[in-house]
Amino acid sequence: MSFFRKILLIGLISSYMPSSYAEMTIEITEGIESALPISIVPFAMQGRSGVPVDVSFVVDADLGRSGYFKTLDKQSMSGHPSTAEAIQFKDWQALGQNYMVIGQVVEDQGQYNVQFQLFDVYKGQPVMGYRMASSAGDLRRTAHHISDLIFEKLTGKKGVFSGRIAYITSSRQGRQSTHKLQVSDADGFNAQTIASSVEPLMSPAWSPDGRKIAYVSFEKKSAAIYIQTLATGERVRVAEFPGINGAPSWSPDGAKLALTLSKDGNPDIFVLNLVTRALTKLTKSFAIDTEPTWSPDGRNIVFTSDRGGKPQLYIMSSQGGDEKRLTFSGNYNARASFSPDGRSIAMVHGNGSDFRIAVMDMATKAVNVITDGRSDESPSFAPNGSMILYASRKGNAGYLSAVSLDGKMQQKLVFDSNEIREPAWSP
Amino acid sequence: MKLNKTVLALAISAVILSGCSEDEKDASLTDGTQHAASGINDASTSGLNNGSGLSGSEMNASGMYPNAGIGPEFSDPNNPLSKSTIYFMLDSSQVQNDFVPVIAAHAQYLMAHPDQRVVMEGHGDERGSREYNIALGEQRAKSIVSMMKVQGVSESQLEVVSYGEEKPASLGHDEASWELNRRVEIVYQGK
Repeated sequence: MSFFRKILLIGLISSYMPSSYAEMTIEITEGIESALPISIVPFAMQGRSGVPVDVSFVVDADLGRSGYFKTLDKQSMSGHPSTAEAIQFKDWQALGQNYMVIGQVVEDQGQYNVQFQLFDVYKGQPVMGYRMASSAGDLRRTAHHISDLIFEKLTGKKGVFSGRIAYITSSRQGRQSTHKLQVSDADGFNAQTIASSVEPLMSPAWSPDGRKIAYVSFEKKSAAIYIQTLATGERVRVAEFPGINGAPSWSPDGAKLALTLSKDGNPDIFVLNLVTRALTKLTKSFAIDTEPTWSPDGRNIVFTSDRGGKPQLYIMSSQGGDEKRLTFSGNYNARASFSPDGRSIAMVHGNGSDFRIAVMDMATKAVNVITDGRSDESPSFAPNGSMILYASRKGNAGYLSAVSLDGKMQQKLVFDSNEIREPAWSP
Repeated sequence: MKLNKTVLALAISAVILSGCSEDEKDASLTDGTQHAASGINDASTSGLNNGSGLSGSEMNASGMYPNAGIGPEFSDPNNPLSKSTIYFMLDSSQVQNDFVPVIAAHAQYLMAHPDQRVVMEGHGDERGSREYNIALGEQRAKSIVSMMKVQGVSESQLEVVSYGEEKPASLGHDEASWELNRRVEIVYQGK
């Protein structure tokens, strides 16, 4: 049992040590032409002990890197008003701004009151305003929440700035490797290590409620699947059969886990009922069947199989049966991931030498390749369906990247670690 | 092979250099893992540096011959038993003819030493998806297992684990590295 306590301890230590203020930078490599000009005016700060997080800076960075907005740098602004009365809208019109945000952060005995207002610069009118309380530790979260509110108001789409991402990193020292499963905010800050091992860790998958992560660990020098609760660090081993224990995927209701086991001879898709522990075998081919993923309505499972000679995507009932091939273009299509609305799937698409991310429209079966890397992998949809996060590599440098569904907007998330992979966006 | 030797020499010196300062930190990070592992697989974890995570084969003897600790024939370059890595073509688990004599030699040794167990570690290159590469690595390892079984080796001596692309032998991202990474390592287990 000391094992579980140790893991718990690691979780606690790392949560008090946000290790990563410089671990990541985000570059927008492609933006949309219609990006909205918006000024996030530095918020006024009041309080004796200062404010530990520059809230307006975080909001500015969130909106800027979304690609939907073009933010104005603070040197170019005509003053830094923090009240509606102090705004000279004509000056901001002259700067070509469509919208502007002002705000204040007021400290009161270690608690913070944050308020902001969004204005339409041409009408000279407020569009939205909120006041919220925050502890010092939650100020970044509050800033991301503000970004979500502004984003949704102006684009009509839900913001994803408050979300989190899980990913795997590896580092080597001599022949010794350290593999980590980490969880960070969507902007890469507050990275926390939730599991660490000298043997490989793989395939992190968020539970639909965002509270747990299933993953594969080789810590015993063979594969096993664990489910770890983020808040406590507690974990449970749910599959440790002879051979492959891999590719965990949660059912939309969170009650079942689809997975790959090779205990019967070759890799097949199984479903493990997490309540009753009943295990059901869904595929029985003599080929490789792996990488199951549930459709958001829970009715179907898409998986990778080489039963036709090369890896391609297939779809079947989540009860098993009714297996049909889905992909026909390209000689390699694998690792499917459903969009939250179930209308499209992202996949790893290979056409010879390069592996790229492609999106298939489930209604028309049209496939659109949306990235141009050489070894792009592990696509994961943002919870609002607008972007796909994936792992990429240029030369020796591995990084994460996010791309819009049409491929027109792209951002690169560069971490300290050159071995970063398998990103999974939280629900 | 020359490359491997250099890498290994560097690796060993790195371990020695870093050993002292890193020990404490590593132990706290990996203690749980080691604890869990020791209950399962005594053979491969015994004698390991605390928390180092090096596998038995990598710590052994010269490193050119990972199974050298088993017997002198495993480090005799003229003996096919000195070869313990079988390489594969892209997206294939078919054993190439060059390696048939190597596998046959290991099979004969195992039949003559029925108490000796081996783990076939299957690996792949980094291209394509990770879980598919796990499956491919397992197929590669199993194709060697089935050749050995045909020759008469007992199934109880043969174990398979696939690491897919997770444990590359060469860290590059080019065809030369990929060739070295599409492999099965025949790892003899200590007694």
